Amino acid sequence: MKLYKKYFSIHLKSAMQYKASFFITLIGNFLTSFSVFLGVVFMFQRFHRVKDFSFQEVILCYGILLLSFQVAQMFASGFKVFDRMIANGEFDRVLTRPRNEIFQVLCSRIDFVRLGGMLQGVVMFIYGISQAPMGWTPLRALTVFFMLIGGAVVFSAIFLLDGAFAFFTLEGLEFMNVFSYGASEHGKYPLSIYGKGMLTFCTFVVPYALFQYYPLLFVLGRSENLLYMFLPLLSCWFVIPCWLVWRLGVRHYKSTGS
Amino acid sequence: MKKYLSFFRLRFVMNLQYRVAALAGIVCQFFWGAMAILAFHAFYETDPASFPMDFQATASYIWMQQAFLGLLSVGGMDNSIFDAIHNGDVVYEVCRPVDLYAMWFSNTSATRVARALLRCVPPLIVAAFLPKPFGLMAPPSLTALLLFFVSLCLALLVTVSFCMIVYILTFYTISYRGVRLVAVALSDFMMGGVVPLPFFPEGFRQFAELLPFSCMENVPLRVYSGDLSGPPMARALLLQVFWVFALVLLGKVLEQKVLKRVIVQGG
Repeated sequence: MKLYKKYFSIHLKSAMQYKASFFITLIGNFLTSFSVFLGVVFMFQRFHRVKDFSFQEVILCYGILLLSFQVAQMFASGFKVFDRMIANGEFDRVLTRPRNEIFQVLCSRIDFVRLGGMLQGVVMFIYGISQAPMGWTPLRALTVFFMLIGGAVVFSAIFLLDGAFAFFTLEGLEFMNVFSYGASEHGKYPLSIYGKGMLTFCTFVVPYALFQYYPLLFVLGRSENLLYMFLPLLSCWFVIPCWLVWRLGVRHYKSTGS
Repeated sequence: MKKYLSFFRLRFVMNLQYRVAALAGIVCQFFWGAMAILAFHAFYETDPASFPMDFQATASYIWMQQAFLGLLSVGGMDNSIFDAIHNGDVVYEVCRPVDLYAMWFSNTSATRVARALLRCVPPLIVAAFLPKPFGLMAPPSLTALLLFFVSLCLALLVTVSFCMIVYILTFYTISYRGVRLVAVALSDFMMGGVVPLPFFPEGFRQFAELLPFSCMENVPLRVYSGDLSGPPMARALLLQVFWVFALVLLGKVLEQKVLKRVIVQGG
């Protein structure tokens, strides 16, 4: 942990070296999330509801999702550029050091510009919480906290899986973006609006719905099922298969020799 | 002119080689399109009366958008040009007896055309066979189809000439990640990449329709589905021609200005 703090301050300092371009990138990152938000606003100006969800409810849902996604993007971004680490032989050095290799990859990059998108998430989160039509109870607040954790863990696991594939393909796979960027953008609406088939997929295959749709029902007072409250924690099972693929990749690893 | 045509051909053939990457991109775009259409369908079911376009036209818009993403999205900017500006290789290009603007313009267009040719056919075929309101519909008439191709070519020129301005602006900023992100986010939204322009609120929509961004995706995709026809379509096509000339002119002027003050960092 101490070592991680050290890395954290190094990355922060290096980002601050080029302040102007750091802030432009921050703004760009903010605008990317903001444009999706603006799209939601335009849709609701016209339609007012989608299925049984109101604007305030959708904003709360999207705020939570975006926040957890940006946290994962910021801290797990080492895996997103992991194919470069394989290609330039940097991973050989990682293996020789007496530390866990996942920990080292996490330390290799902390992407501070994601704070821009996070700001958008925080604003929507606060708006969603203050405007939510139902009252707040300690259990509901706790559920929101669980949703944030579950989302950050599942998205990080997806990045881990994306990185693990680089062991086999040597290059990043574009279709993995569907599961990270695609899910973060289309997860702005509660997943049930996409129909039964999609909801089943997001429950049992990639557990997005476990930290998004079901706990949201509990938070919004649509369901009193206490199980829904703990589903976000259950969604963390997704780390296990991703971690196994990663282990397999490390065992399969042959240096590129450069 | 012959030089630039060969630049175009070279880059075109080179980009046709990336077939596996294209396949991964196709899978990505197909899922993205399907999710977007399902979301629009949920809104449609909630309140069909407020839907500003025909639902089938919206579905066709999304499928065409995904199929021609490589051609029209500003996000597909050429990183090698940014890198050349960033690391100073651009001085070699300046030394050559060719016009920098025309060379980059033909390279960028070639990359886009090759990418689109590799990627557009499979999703369009699959989308054409999807059940009724969700699939890609045939254009309402042969004229609509022909005008769609004209408008698509104009849209490509508008997009490329806009990208040229972004490339040239990074001469001033050195690092390009930020400029690129801002340009992509802004243009993607204003061209109707997040929600199509007819879904914009009144007033703001009229404003957006005048900007060059609306000439990128908005015009050709709506011409295809027949959502845009008659005099408004003629106006939109003329606006496309106007923006091609305006953006190329602006890009050339900026280029002349910036090349006078190029400073090469390091050796």
